[in-house]
Amino acid sequence: MSVQTWTFILVGITFTLYIGIAIWSRAGSTKEFYVAGGGVHPIVNGMATAADWMSAASFISMAGLISFMGYDGAVYLLGWTGGYVLLALLLAPYLRKFGKFTVPDFIGDRYYSNTARTVAVFCALLVSFTYVAGQMRGVGVVFSRFLEVPITQGVVIGMAIVFFYAVLGGMKGITYTQVAQYCVLIFAFMVPAIFISIQMVNNPIPQLGFGGVTADGSYLLDKLNGLQTELGFSEYTSGTKSMLDVFAITAALMAGTAGLPHVIVRFFTVPRVRDARRSAGFALLFIAILYTTAPAVAAFARTNLINTVNNTEYEQLPEWFGNWEKTGLLSFTDKNGDGKVQYYNDKNLAFSDIADERGWKGNELTIDRDIMVLANPEIAQLPNWVIALVAAGGLAAALSTAAGLLLVISTSISHDLLKKQLRPNMTDKEELFWARVAAAAGVCVAGYFGINPPGFVAAVVALAFGLAAASFFPAIILGIFDKRMNMQGAVAGMVIGISLMTFYMLKFKFGIFDGGKEAVAGLTDSWWFGISPEGFGMVAMLINFFISLVVSRMTPAPPEHIQALVEDIRIPRGAGAATDH
Amino acid sequence: MNQKNHALYWKRNLRYLAILLSIWFVVSFGFGIILAEPLNAFQIGGFPLGFWFAQQGAIYVFVILIFVYMYLMNKLDLEFDVDEK
Repeated sequence: MSVQTWTFILVGITFTLYIGIAIWSRAGSTKEFYVAGGGVHPIVNGMATAADWMSAASFISMAGLISFMGYDGAVYLLGWTGGYVLLALLLAPYLRKFGKFTVPDFIGDRYYSNTARTVAVFCALLVSFTYVAGQMRGVGVVFSRFLEVPITQGVVIGMAIVFFYAVLGGMKGITYTQVAQYCVLIFAFMVPAIFISIQMVNNPIPQLGFGGVTADGSYLLDKLNGLQTELGFSEYTSGTKSMLDVFAITAALMAGTAGLPHVIVRFFTVPRVRDARRSAGFALLFIAILYTTAPAVAAFARTNLINTVNNTEYEQLPEWFGNWEKTGLLSFTDKNGDGKVQYYNDKNLAFSDIADERGWKGNELTIDRDIMVLANPEIAQLPNWVIALVAAGGLAAALSTAAGLLLVISTSISHDLLKKQLRPNMTDKEELFWARVAAAAGVCVAGYFGINPPGFVAAVVALAFGLAAASFFPAIILGIFDKRMNMQGAVAGMVIGISLMTFYMLKFKFGIFDGGKEAVAGLTDSWWFGISPEGFGMVAMLINFFISLVVSRMTPAPPEHIQALVEDIRIPRGAGAATDH
Repeated sequence: MNQKNHALYWKRNLRYLAILLSIWFVVSFGFGIILAEPLNAFQIGGFPLGFWFAQQGAIYVFVILIFVYMYLMNKLDLEFDVDEK
């Protein structure tokens, strides 16, 4: 059977499954809609969290990014999993005990201020929309390549599915669908990884095969280092970024990740504080299976790509090359007219003499990093059903995260904005209605961005992480661990953190003050402390912490009942199910 | 539970956090980033050691840390009688 037939079958089966689950677990109250009734088993919740957490970025893009970045790709691996540790140890149990529905709820109550709540709602919406747009692009890529429908149609199909189960089922529907999606996505990620690992180093465990020996007797990574330097790239295991920058980016991603609202809200769905702790452990375990496999897949894919493509006659290239060329995500221009593909680092000036000698006139191959994971099974010539499976897995990853984010968007609007500020007298039923309306509107906006992806998606995503690190993270941490922290301190810290981060981004990422995008490359020498805009979230976060502490000590202590609240969230006893006040 | 016990419980919690987060820092930022280059001089199997910590080792340790924290805290809750009934 062809890849396309297999894809239709597998995607059809999984979609039917998701919809079936959604119908079976429909939400009847706001509590079921927002937090699944607060009665989800920790292991089940762990799986759902893992699916929520691992987006299209983790499934589709990450291994591809790492395979082009080598060692530097560790910023994503360490940043995203390490941030999870912060979340599990410093936030989850306390926010569970606090027992409200959302992050803006916590900020608003802890800092006894509707201004703080509104700022938090705004941040939550910004982060969520940025993310959703990325997921929808992932859906579009998968559909356009594997089902060979136009991206627009692909995105519309994806939107319809998400709309159906997120709007109908709320958190309850999402939780159980996400469990199914986790199973699909992890299976889809592991099967090709295991196949390729056996193929290349004869070891069925990719995590070990990654350090294994290839058929010619040399270590895979040594061989890859050799291939890289041969083509003017830096060694795969060394990377190119400065140590300080790697440090800063990792730290910013960690703090930013710990502040992601759609993942935090997951911990409100378990019955007790001890379940929140346990659920966090299982979630990271389930996440780690993919995150330790991804770097192995990256190294395999890189080796395979260079071996298959470089210096091969264009006419001799395998079928997958042409298939991806059609999507426009891969392209070849024969600059020196020898009919062969030359793939090398033409930005490396020290290498240009060697390239001239070989008669190479510039790099002839451009590859969108997002296609590496999807193309990998084809490059390795795996059976058609495996290729189709990866497509279904990519969709599962994108849809599960998109659904979680839509829920944050809808609760932010119906609960934090309408119920808590504009229309406090709403009944439960009205609130549920508005939550569904908001989710529906969210789906449409997300779909729009999926069809017309803004050219600056990557930059905005980096900005979202930086903003979360510079704003949410210190406010929540201090809210729990510093009883003396008051409204003045937290608000001052958040405002200054966000402003500084925004300024740095505008200056060094968009070049606003120096004449636009073209100026950006020339500004790298004037980066503060040599830290890139992606890593600046760390600096902004530290400044936020500092300002908050100083300002809070110069202004009056928070009221008595707030201090009692802090005392209360520090001990587990008395945590009821998440309540609506 | 009285105030004094409460303070003691919190202090123990903070001590656990300090220890666990130190390990967290050492394996990721320490071995994986700051010391990555010197550690790359050592090999385990086909991996340069610093590279292994950055792309594999630290993640394994992270998983263990969360389960250790869960175990310690559940025990502490019982000891101070603040667990959920």
